[in-house]
Amino acid sequence: MAFLALEGLTRKFGTHLAVDGLSLGVEKGEFVALLGPSGCGKTTTLQMIAGFVEPTSGAIALDGRDLLAVKPAKRGLGIVFQSYALFPHMTVAENVAFGLEMQGVATAERTRRVAETLELVGLGTFAARYPRQMSGGQQQRVALARALVIRPQILLLDEPLSNLDAKLREEMQIELRQIQRSVGTTTILVTHDQGEAMALSDRIAVMNHGKVEQFAPPHEAYERPATPFVASFLGKTNLVGGTTVRPEKISFAASGLAGRVKTRIFQGNHWLYQVDTPSGLVTVIRQNSGETMPGEGETVHLAWGTT
Amino acid sequence: MRAMKAAPYLLSTPALLLFGAIVVVPLAMTVALSFHDWGQYKGIEPVSILKNWHEVFTDSYFLEMFWRTFRIALLVTLLTAVLGVPEAYILNRMRSPWRGIFLLVILGPLLISVVARTLGWALLFGGSSGIVNKALMSMGVISSPLPFMFTETGMVVALAHVLMPYMVLAVWAALQRLDPQIENAAVALGAGPFTVVRRIVLPQIMPGILSGGVIVFALAASAFATPAIIGGRRLKVASTLAYDEFLNTLNWPLGAAVAVLLLLALIAIVVASSRLVEKRYAQVFG
Ligand SMILES: Nc1ncnc2c1ncn2[C@@H]1O[C@H](COP(=O)(O)OP(=O)(O)OP(=O)(O)O)[C@@H](O)[C@H]1O
Ligand SMILES: [Mg+2]
Repeated sequence: MAFLALEGLTRKFGTHLAVDGLSLGVEKGEFVALLGPSGCGKTTTLQMIAGFVEPTSGAIALDGRDLLAVKPAKRGLGIVFQSYALFPHMTVAENVAFGLEMQGVATAERTRRVAETLELVGLGTFAARYPRQMSGGQQQRVALARALVIRPQILLLDEPLSNLDAKLREEMQIELRQIQRSVGTTTILVTHDQGEAMALSDRIAVMNHGKVEQFAPPHEAYERPATPFVASFLGKTNLVGGTTVRPEKISFAASGLAGRVKTRIFQGNHWLYQVDTPSGLVTVIRQNSGETMPGEGETVHLAWGTT
Repeated sequence: MRAMKAAPYLLSTPALLLFGAIVVVPLAMTVALSFHDWGQYKGIEPVSILKNWHEVFTDSYFLEMFWRTFRIALLVTLLTAVLGVPEAYILNRMRSPWRGIFLLVILGPLLISVVARTLGWALLFGGSSGIVNKALMSMGVISSPLPFMFTETGMVVALAHVLMPYMVLAVWAALQRLDPQIENAAVALGAGPFTVVRRIVLPQIMPGILSGGVIVFALAASAFATPAIIGGRRLKVASTLAYDEFLNTLNWPLGAAVAVLLLLALIAIVVASSRLVEKRYAQVFG
């Protein structure tokens, strides 16, 4: 059995099925992303693992033990909340030390581990600050340190980067991945950002309407989407003559599907085309390799490999 | 341009005049009055002497009144905090229909006159004819009526009841500002329910409790109707004492000195405690 096994997990709110018979197995040390549109039940799933929401039915097992029989305070999971939920009346060091204090770790050991973890997230010099004296990115690291310092069996992250601006988010993604690699904690990340899910995770669980539509490594889910929903959610797709084709797999050729370039947008490292064809509007992405590309209004032929 | 600049001042003139006429002028007159002389037969003499102030500060009778006022207000503040904080916490955790209903139950009394609410206590506990006293005595639980009227305990209980909504509201407002996930964050780190309240919730709502306390203290120390009904002329506090000097003894200057002293003491206490709260929490909560 997997390290963390969710079996037929279901949660109803009134008559609304927020999570619908969800089953998922996460291996030890794995980084798994729960990816899906808003309202698909990601947070509810995470909260059921954490113990803050009771499942209507189903089972959760951690390392072979029934997790639902364990009180939330005894589960020993590290959680980073979307709002960070730092304790505003405690310094950074006190925030991080809180979990160790609850475990009854001796003061000397506690001080050492807090310093070590703050170092890990790059906040060694911020120990005496209060949360409100720190930037969003720094607060995010404090929340991560607070969750990691108790050496949790599982790290649960609920949209931890969604409050950060694009550049900082990218930096934090790289850092998060590095930290997770170095400590090796099994991690579940909730996100609705497909780029983030693909960049960080070993496997992605693509969710829709409370169900997992596909659970696979990012590359596989992208290249061989199990359902049309997965295909459309993971990046752009074209539906041409009954088959789905990724825009970057289509090239301009001497012959093939004929069409007229409707719009052409330059995006730095690539060009984004909208081509009017008899089978509808087709999106094409071409790498910018420096050569001249067809302009708006020109007639082109589209070709793609049949896989 | 000049007309534009003057407009705000012109517009606020009526309100300022009203404020001046009904607050500042009478207050200034009261202060002036406190320095006048008074005698049984000569009445009020508009002179400037320190006789009343000297009397207020040296006569142990006045010291006792003020000390009692202070003691009652402090006990009322403590009682409303001890009962109001858990009340607000529970209220905040209730689900949608119940929360609204109980909020109304708590705030509803504000719609009823203080006099009516205090008289209610008098009806329940007033001597041997009070309903509760009668019932307890007929059941044999007590042999003589519980002392309530003309006691400090009675005053504290009735005032705490009257002022409870202010404490609950202040604490509730502070609770509303808490991150809804903050308790879960502490629980996930292994904290039990008691630890969550003591280490996470209480410190964060402390500014709310303290500001509620300042409000309740000020209202309790300056309350008139409740002490007047429960204590009458037998158990006086500063406000009923001032009233008595004005309307029964007719020694207006002395009454004015008592009233002004009460006001000054209250301002000092409120300003000092607000300063303290601000200083203590500025860094953390801003
Ligand atoms: N306490 C609740 N009471 C009623 N309905 C709820 C509750 N919590 C969640 N829901 C509903 O359950 C569904 C799933 O919610 P959930 O928060 O898990 O979504 P999500 O995938 O995390 O979405 P988002 O990306 O917007 O955070 C939603 O339709 C939501 O309205
Ligand atoms: Mg969510």
